[in-house]
Amino acid sequence: MAIIAMATGFILILIGLFGALSNRNILRMIVAFAVANTGVNLVLVAVGYMRGRTAPILDDAVPVAEAASRIIDPVPQALVLTAIVIGVGVTALMLAYAYRLYQTKGSLDISKHTDLKW
Amino acid sequence: MIKRLALILLLAGIGAIFAGLMLAHVPDGELNRTALYYAEHTAQDLGAANIVTAIIVTFRGLDTLGEVTVLFLTAAIVGLVLAKGKRKKREARRQPHLPPSGELLGTGTRLLLPLILLFGAYVFTHGHLTPGGGFQGGAIIASAILMALLSNPLQKFSHRLISLIESTSGIAFVTIGILGVLLAGGFLDNRILPLGTFGDLFSAGAIPVIYTFVGLKVGAEFSSMLVSLSETEEL
Repeated sequence: MAIIAMATGFILILIGLFGALSNRNILRMIVAFAVANTGVNLVLVAVGYMRGRTAPILDDAVPVAEAASRIIDPVPQALVLTAIVIGVGVTALMLAYAYRLYQTKGSLDISKHTDLKW
Repeated sequence: MIKRLALILLLAGIGAIFAGLMLAHVPDGELNRTALYYAEHTAQDLGAANIVTAIIVTFRGLDTLGEVTVLFLTAAIVGLVLAKGKRKKREARRQPHLPPSGELLGTGTRLLLPLILLFGAYVFTHGHLTPGGGFQGGAIIASAILMALLSNPLQKFSHRLISLIESTSGIAFVTIGILGVLLAGGFLDNRILPLGTFGDLFSAGAIPVIYTFVGLKVGAEFSSMLVSLSETEEL
């Protein structure tokens, strides 16, 4: 199960990189980055998975005394929660900059934006 | 053509690295020492049922403060970057005429909006008990705003109200953190309030309070980003 999630994550990263490198439209690149971001999150969560264990929430099914032997690693989940939120922020920033670029050049084609090229 | 070939070669290389990583990965049989500490100490020290929440809000609360700051900066920069274009447009603003969004959409939005807001509040107040929390609840609240914007693009949301909610909850978050230094073990310590009965809504000390403020702050930040982005629309 974890291996499927991890493989999906890696494939999503590759798809995202391919999309970001092969497209010239800035909006498509932003979407590709969001896909790659999802892949990274999926890989991180999959690394924390342990066979036969359950979510790190203590209740009737997972008594406090048995917690250490019943739950999966909570640290990657906390990390990914952070990463998802920051990912949203980064995507919003990229969209805002794309809008400004469109305003200045009238085009979303990355090959038209050559100001920083040398 | 050569570019495409180089790209595929590059991706094949990265893919080979990923495959090596994946095949060499052996899932842990036991929790590592950090995770073991969190698993054993969360319930007795902090009284929170959701260990992920305990890590985010208390054990690593300072990181969460940093994360919320990053989000605040993002929202501020989005507003700043988009506002310049808006000022120019305001001079040439004409009254846009959109076809009405329709009875079904309008009524559906009015019906669902309070329910979604309520659900968001439920998610962030139960963050210490269920798989939820301030960030998820905030995102749900922002999704309500997004729905309102989608059904009626001309709807105006008060930037002043959004930033008031955001700054108030940010100040409250930091104040609770400092109270932790004064009354309990350290910055953002949740034991300034009684821990209560394990598994109750009013338990886990200050965690639900902190997560409520985080939820309000994240919801306000996401909403302000959405409103800024939607106001750029050329109508």
